[in-house]
Amino acid sequence: MAMLEVNNLSISFGGLHAVDNFYMNIEKGQLYGMIGPNGAGKTTVFNLLTGVYKPDEGIIRLDGTDITGKSTIEINKAGIARTFQNIRLFKELSVLDNVKAGLHNHHTYSTLAGILRLPSYYKVEKEMDERAMEILKVFDLDGEAEYLAGNLPYGKQRKLEIARALATDPKLLLLDEPAAGMNPNETQELMDTIRFVRDHFDMTILLIEHDMKLVGGICEELTVLNFGQVLTQGKTSAVLSDPAVITAYLGE
Amino acid sequence: MKKNSKIFRQNLITYGMVIAAFIVVQILQSTGHLSSLFTGLLVPICVYVILAVSLNLVVGISGELSLGHAGFMCVGAFAGAFFTKCTQDTITMVPLRFALAVLIGAIAAAIFGILIGIPVLRLKGDYLAIVTLAFGEIIKNILNVFYIGRDSNGFHMSMKDQFSLGMEADGKMLLGGPQGITGIPKNSSFLAGIILILITLFIVLNLINSRDGRAIMAIRDNRIAATSIGINITKYKLMAFTISAALAGMAGTLYSHNLATLQASKFNFNTSILALVFVVLGGIGNIRGSIIAAVVLTALPEMLRGLSNLRMLIYAIVLIAMMLFNWAPAAIDWRSRLKERLKHSRANGKEAA
Amino acid sequence: MSFLSYMINGISLGSVYAIIALGYTMVYGIAKMLNFAHGDVIMVGGYAALTMLLNANASPLAAVLVSIVVCTVLGITIEAVAYRPLRAAASPLAVLITAIGVSYLLQNVVLLIFGSNPKNFQSVIPVPDLKLAGGALMITGETIVTIISCIVIMTVLTLFINRTRTGQAMQAVSEDKGAAQLMGINVNQTIALTFAIGSGLAAVAGVLLCSSYPSLSPYTGSMPGIKAFVAAVFGGIGSIPGAMIGGILLGVIEILAKAYISSQLADAIVFAVLIVVLLVKPTGLLGKQIQEKV
Repeated sequence: MAMLEVNNLSISFGGLHAVDNFYMNIEKGQLYGMIGPNGAGKTTVFNLLTGVYKPDEGIIRLDGTDITGKSTIEINKAGIARTFQNIRLFKELSVLDNVKAGLHNHHTYSTLAGILRLPSYYKVEKEMDERAMEILKVFDLDGEAEYLAGNLPYGKQRKLEIARALATDPKLLLLDEPAAGMNPNETQELMDTIRFVRDHFDMTILLIEHDMKLVGGICEELTVLNFGQVLTQGKTSAVLSDPAVITAYLGE
Repeated sequence: MKKNSKIFRQNLITYGMVIAAFIVVQILQSTGHLSSLFTGLLVPICVYVILAVSLNLVVGISGELSLGHAGFMCVGAFAGAFFTKCTQDTITMVPLRFALAVLIGAIAAAIFGILIGIPVLRLKGDYLAIVTLAFGEIIKNILNVFYIGRDSNGFHMSMKDQFSLGMEADGKMLLGGPQGITGIPKNSSFLAGIILILITLFIVLNLINSRDGRAIMAIRDNRIAATSIGINITKYKLMAFTISAALAGMAGTLYSHNLATLQASKFNFNTSILALVFVVLGGIGNIRGSIIAAVVLTALPEMLRGLSNLRMLIYAIVLIAMMLFNWAPAAIDWRSRLKERLKHSRANGKEAA
Repeated sequence: MSFLSYMINGISLGSVYAIIALGYTMVYGIAKMLNFAHGDVIMVGGYAALTMLLNANASPLAAVLVSIVVCTVLGITIEAVAYRPLRAAASPLAVLITAIGVSYLLQNVVLLIFGSNPKNFQSVIPVPDLKLAGGALMITGETIVTIISCIVIMTVLTLFINRTRTGQAMQAVSEDKGAAQLMGINVNQTIALTFAIGSGLAAVAGVLLCSSYPSLSPYTGSMPGIKAFVAAVFGGIGSIPGAMIGGILLGVIEILAKAYISSQLADAIVFAVLIVVLLVKPTGLLGKQIQEKV
């Protein structure tokens, strides 16, 4: 059984078929890429998978469970976490607190325990600190734990967003253009990090990216999206040498 | 962790400031250095400090603009005073009765907070603000036409006038429409005010530095990202709003037990705005700043009383000037440049020496 | 017949709210700020007209014109001194609080000059009352002029915004300040002009309000100011026809509630209707629904 099964997924906005009959299967532990020209509907697929939009048609299964039409919160609890194309951090919170916010549903104590500082508060907060620092270390951000997230340089903000998503302990991680705005060195480093995350956290990853070096370098399989529809799907090397893909990117 | 101890120290400073202020006032009072004017201001200052801190929870921590905070204060003031009037003969231990009144004021305001919050918190930004303004005005208006009396047959209620209550001869008015509640025992004191401030600070500061506070601030910083990591927006917005309402209700009870007569018209739009002024002037999200702003701005008009007609004018000018000084990007630049220069000249001075 | 006359009174009061709300809505649409001092500009307009009438023996028309000039200059000054420095402030609340400061300032300056006692305002409107249905229905001259002014202002303003270059510049600034600046639009000037128009309208509203309700004090502007703000939100803040519809509906609801339900609860009813409207249509009657892009 695939980790993620999507069939016949469609949504239109005012008559425009933003995503039309989309399908995809991702196996557990896969590093999967989604590419396509600007406006092809890639981010819309992410928004459908995470419940930001409700699909007009189609079915989404995560690990065998139907999650179609569920709310963003329920879908996150079911095991999908994501990052955003335009970074969305909690800018006025510290780097550490950003990750701790991600741990919100896994380490809990009551409001009263928090206000009255009952023993459970100290115990759980300590667990959260330890777990958050562990995750930050993976991204080499542990030295900046006390900084405000908004003050981090761009590349580190992208990493922190991944760290926060991982803190929710997902089965499937969606990365929306993780290398956007990075220089070649940073991109190279990010590729290593993504691979490490997959191995270390035993994660399944779906990413949207324009950087063909990154896509070709780390993704095992690809889906190419064009005008909201699947153009082609398969092993990375095969897809990237497909003439139809080259045409879609470069035009006739 | 290092950070926790830093927050702990910051919070201690805030509590310490309040306690120190209490001690200083006590010393001044016992040595006769406190004017009767200022003595009269002590309880109102405590009321506005609590109000400002509670509003900061909504505006600064939760990031929503509320223009109807006086409404919650009003509910608390009336609920608390009403309770005191009803139990004046049965509960004779004053501190206990007053503590219960405060509790009831807080609970009543919290109930209104939930009732209003559930439909309203779906709205965003200025629309939320205007609806809170509307609720504040509605609460005030309705209390203005409410009559409640009690006689040997029990409670009587009317929304028309005193005579439609149809009370027996032994009936006593409890709530008299625009006349409000009269003859409230003066149970508030500076000590009670300080204790309530400390309770407020304890609740707000501990909430902010907990899992729930983190969720509330995460939503403030980015709604969409917060839902993406499974944080329930409505729940936490409502939590901040309700706790804030409860604390404002507490302030209201303290306020009403400092006056003999309580009228709903006191809790108008200007009171809500005043609380907002404290919050913004003291620094949005800065709890200690709210306290200082509330103290200074409550005391300032009284300090200027000698200037009679000019005092509100000066108040307005000071307010505008302070806002420009604190918030205008040009002023902020200028201040940081000035600081740099001072640092330089001091460093140079040291070298010379 | 009494229902009809209540309706007419409601439309008349609503027309005043609508004119004030136009000022609110234009400033909000372009500067993205709630100008809480707007109601007090109305009050200043009232005093300016009154002074001209009593002390300078001016004709009503001259009084109105002077009042418009005074308010326009006042509006531009307030914007330049108190609001413009805060336009790029870290929080939009900063300018809101400053506006409250300006509101207190205007009230207290007028209080110092004219005292706190309400002044009796002589109607400046020379139009005779209209008697219909054999005297059973009377429409005052003030009502006629108020309603006509409102229609004229609304029409002219809509034409101005849609048909002139300056009006289009305003629309551009309201959509996106940065982009407008890049297109060569002088943003500061456009915002100043918006305040000028809004304040000029406030003067007109002030004179009309005082002609119908002839009592003027330093606090006269606050409640109509808040009501007009509610009207602007009601209709969808930022929308000119919205302000118009919102203002008139608000006036009608208020007068009808006063007449048929309870005069003490009229305000509560007005606010309750507002809440219901916003809960059903969260951006007001004619407001644009803005979806945040993820």
